[in-house]
Amino acid sequence: MKIITGQMIVIEMLSPALILIAAAILIPLSNDRMKPLIVMAAPLLTLAAIWQIEDGVQGSILFLDYYMLEPVEGSPLRRLFATVFAIMVFFGGLFAYRIASWHELSAAFVYAAGAIGVCFAGDLITLFLYWELMAIFSTVIVWCGGTPGARDAGIRYAIMHLLGGVILKVGIEGIVVSTGSIQIQPMLATDFSTWMILIGILINAAAPPVSAWLSDAYPESSVSGSVFLSAFTTKTAVLALLLLFPGEPILIGVGLYMIMHGIIFALLENDARRILAYSIVNQVGFMVCAVGIGTQMALNGAAAHAFAHIIYKALLFMCAGVVLYRTGKSRCTDLGGLYRTMPFTTICAIIGALSISSFPLTSGFTTKTMISQAAIDEGYMAVYFLLTAASAGVFLHAGIKFPWFVFFQKDSGLRPKDASFNMKLAMAGCAAICILIGVFPQMLYGLLPYDVDYVAYYPAKVVFYLQLLLFSGLAFFILLPLMQRTLTISLDTDWVWRHGGRLLANGLNTVVERFTAVKNRLATKTIKTLSYLSDRYLGQPHKADSEERSVFARSWTIGTTALWISGLLSAYVLAYYL
Amino acid sequence: MTDPNQKQSDDHWLVRPTTIRNIWIAGICVLLLTLLAGFFIPTKGYFGIDDWPGFGAVFGFLCCLLMVLFAKALGFVLKRDEDYYGADDRD
Repeated sequence: MKIITGQMIVIEMLSPALILIAAAILIPLSNDRMKPLIVMAAPLLTLAAIWQIEDGVQGSILFLDYYMLEPVEGSPLRRLFATVFAIMVFFGGLFAYRIASWHELSAAFVYAAGAIGVCFAGDLITLFLYWELMAIFSTVIVWCGGTPGARDAGIRYAIMHLLGGVILKVGIEGIVVSTGSIQIQPMLATDFSTWMILIGILINAAAPPVSAWLSDAYPESSVSGSVFLSAFTTKTAVLALLLLFPGEPILIGVGLYMIMHGIIFALLENDARRILAYSIVNQVGFMVCAVGIGTQMALNGAAAHAFAHIIYKALLFMCAGVVLYRTGKSRCTDLGGLYRTMPFTTICAIIGALSISSFPLTSGFTTKTMISQAAIDEGYMAVYFLLTAASAGVFLHAGIKFPWFVFFQKDSGLRPKDASFNMKLAMAGCAAICILIGVFPQMLYGLLPYDVDYVAYYPAKVVFYLQLLLFSGLAFFILLPLMQRTLTISLDTDWVWRHGGRLLANGLNTVVERFTAVKNRLATKTIKTLSYLSDRYLGQPHKADSEERSVFARSWTIGTTALWISGLLSAYVLAYYL
Repeated sequence: MTDPNQKQSDDHWLVRPTTIRNIWIAGICVLLLTLLAGFFIPTKGYFGIDDWPGFGAVFGFLCCLLMVLFAKALGFVLKRDEDYYGADDRD
């Protein structure tokens, strides 16, 4: 380990994130021939750099003569997340480079750089800097949606994430003051500072009560923007939880709530991309719950599931993106029957949907079930049954509902072209990874932070999940009349700050107006009373005759005045001698 | 971006009534097979109440039923017009 005090910086201390930042600067400067090359090469270079990083802190920089900044710290967990982020930049870039504007691509690269920077941040200050980088550039991506709706959602998104950043910073300051250390190490939410850090991270993880920022902002982004957005923010938060709060019991409850919230709201939703956004909340809930369980099996499960989730969720957003790109529509009520002309996208959507539902032979089956196994190992019966119920619910809301309403159900009459070549390549790549992890889970298990003692496939488990999922499917088709899409939105907690805030402002306004009215009335009354009193006793206008003036304002005759003066003087003399 | 040259192919093989009936029959057969498999492959229960064949099927079906009904009920309270937060800018 090297400690640097001067200007010298050793190459090992340069985060792989810097490659993506450099690429983000080059993208706007490059021409149409160079752009795809940069977009493809930078993530691969990043990936290579990620795998050069050895375990442990790669060097420290003395900051403010007191704090040891550790810009790069390696560990299997950090490498795993950075790897999947780099893979995601590659496929996202491949998907997006022909349709996304240069500013969206650049912003996506810096956003991803922030995520990878967080992965390798060895101290809380470095973590915070990359955290804020993500917040800023993900907001730019939301704005790249280009509609007035995207502009408004971006502002709400930015406020939420800057607020989360401030809360996180308060927590970090508290930790620095109380321990004097900026090290990233496991902690529990026991005091004010650790609670602030936990809340700051959970805001990014789309935990209640603010999970609505996600379903509000992501569907407003562009076709390609949502692919990038789905990957980084929430999963970086999961990594931060894995590093800082493994085994924090409150996370079990938070995770379970997120799981159910995602399912129920996805069931109510009409917009295809918003269904997927809610299912992010749901899937991140599985990971948060696993971090809360905190055993090696659970933490492995959370990491593995994050890896699998990033790929299949990106795949699903790509499919929804292609549909939006080709038809300009994303509402289930406007879509349907697209399998006729979009067979490739349909198949990819089905693979993604099966993966998210943890169907055997897909990635979800080999990763999500580790979390259930962890609950079993710890004897958490309620947690296990809720997770299992949620697996059924995921199949219901994402596994069947999304492909069914978009690609099958009725014939909407739409005959759009299928995805373009580069989009197909990106989707095929993601779909291949989904199946690869499902068929050869050992490939992923080898990368996990702890040794894996888990058999993904055995007959009883496969039969159980087949029964669970297929009968959920039966339930879907039997209950289909109850699930007809309507042209509605559902109120989520964002009502509080989108509408509640306005109501509060209006309410306060009314109160202030009433108060002002009362105050004005009182003031007028007081002035009237005072002027009456002053008129009555102190004086009246000069033109009035002396007789009509008040008692203190009257003109007095000389005699009376002399009498008063002599009286007063005598009183004075008397007082003097006494 | 609808392609006007493409014929409105409502006679696509997937939407023919016979195909749909066959899919239902095949689907129900698969469901029965998974149930049957539960009798030959001993179910591995973890908490006592889940060690009988067909638990997965019943649990999955009932959970979905409950979730859909709960969502439906919640929908009466939470569903609003699309323009609730101001005019919609899409299409």
